Amino acid sequence: MTVTRSLPALDLDNGPYWTGGKDGKLLIQRCQRCSQYIHPPTSFCPACESRDTAYEPVSGRGRIVTFSVNYKQWVPGLPDRYVIALVAIDEQDDVRLATNIVDCDPDDVNFDMPVQVKFEQNEDMWVPLFAPLRTEP
Amino acid sequence: MTDYWEKKTAITGIGQSKVSRGADKSALALTIDAALEAIADAGLTRADIDGLATWPGDAANGAGIADVGAPAVQDALRLQVGWYSNCSETAGQFGAIFNAIGAIAAGYCRHVLVFRTVYEATARKTSFANALFKPGQRVYGQFNWFAPYHVYSASLQQSLYFNLYRHKSGISDETVGQIAVNGRRNASLNPAAVYRTPMTIEDYLASPRLTSPLRLFDCDVPVDGSAAIIVSHVDAARDMPNPLIRIEAVGTSMRYRNSWTQLEALDTQAQPKVAEMMWNRTDLRPKDVDVAELYDGFTYHTINWIENLGFCGRYEAKDFIGDGSRIALEGDLPINTHGGSLSAGRMHAYGQVHEACVQLWGRGDARQVKGDPRVAALTTAGGPLAGCFLLVRE
Repeated sequence: MTVTRSLPALDLDNGPYWTGGKDGKLLIQRCQRCSQYIHPPTSFCPACESRDTAYEPVSGRGRIVTFSVNYKQWVPGLPDRYVIALVAIDEQDDVRLATNIVDCDPDDVNFDMPVQVKFEQNEDMWVPLFAPLRTEP
Repeated sequence: MTDYWEKKTAITGIGQSKVSRGADKSALALTIDAALEAIADAGLTRADIDGLATWPGDAANGAGIADVGAPAVQDALRLQVGWYSNCSETAGQFGAIFNAIGAIAAGYCRHVLVFRTVYEATARKTSFANALFKPGQRVYGQFNWFAPYHVYSASLQQSLYFNLYRHKSGISDETVGQIAVNGRRNASLNPAAVYRTPMTIEDYLASPRLTSPLRLFDCDVPVDGSAAIIVSHVDAARDMPNPLIRIEAVGTSMRYRNSWTQLEALDTQAQPKVAEMMWNRTDLRPKDVDVAELYDGFTYHTINWIENLGFCGRYEAKDFIGDGSRIALEGDLPINTHGGSLSAGRMHAYGQVHEACVQLWGRGDARQVKGDPRVAALTTAGGPLAGCFLLVRE
């Protein structure tokens, strides 16, 4: 896209999520006691109340929970159509990531479609995007 | 039934400024128009107003969604109050009313002026207004999770919920459009509505696609305007000029994850448990509702609320709405009788509060619901924001 993305303001909680792509990793906070993924990251496990949390790489695979194809030119320079979506990660279905679905025709996007993360560098962060999962031959 | 405190409060007066696609006076002046009308309608004077509440409070950003806060109104009217508040993080826009109930219960005040002012028509002529983000902006807070993804408007965010609802329910575009057509039909009978030219379902279907499944005519209309109500202790209300409209029950809860991305009830939004709370606080049932003023920031909000309030079952709204006759003025459940935010203008649920009282007091003229309506249901907002309440005229 030719339009400059808005970017999140980084802090100690969200920083690893937005920068893990530098090493090709999608980092999600995880409880070190009961293994629950915690998103958005809070440093508190709502399942077991542990404060022992750490960021761990996940597979980067997920499914499209829901999506929308945008047609409106909200600002000059947007593509004719683009897809926003919520993606649930394969490791835990209630971790949902807002994202754009890329590398495919927006008309081919559908509910429950398997997707794979990729990263796009913007300034000091690596924005997670998702593309249809290509199964290896 | 427990004698919940909201039952000891009443709406005793209403006011609304001129609502337009571009005002000839300031947002504060519109607010004063609405406030003075409501105070006079209640048979009160400025000196009687001892409480003041609004949603969300002065946003101080020029985007028009909230250019007037409680301090500006208090000072302009020189009110002397026992309590005042804004409240942006609450059960949707009705949080101001819910807080007023609490303040009356606590004995801080007896007559609360509650107002909601929007100036979004003017703001849009002068800036990139009502945007979630601007290109290049650094985004703080809960919306940072959407920041890089070209989510420039609430319509994109809400489309995520609506598309899933559409997928699960199988509702057709033609049925969704009945909400817009119904609003326009009612607006044609409302001299204060901003869009009154009749709309057909073909007009709706021909309106531009914004972000699937939303079309332009699924969206409410930004306006300049202010609405005000007086919420009073019922003991005082019984001696006031208007027939008593009691607040019968409220739904104020948030029992889901309070997040625009992690909300469990994605396709029904946060409404089901909010509605459940309201019905648990009254002996009334959905069949007792005579008129329903349901939030219509987008058509889908209204459709969600029809189901979530229990007027029909889950994913059955498509059959309930059908050809639109059931929700029309003459139907079993008249909805958004003034035209709603879709055609009367986006007064952000407070147009609906004003209209519910108009109907319960029999002031609807050409759009008055027949049969002396006595019970009104009101709802607001989408995503993790949801609030609802029932009004009963005695």
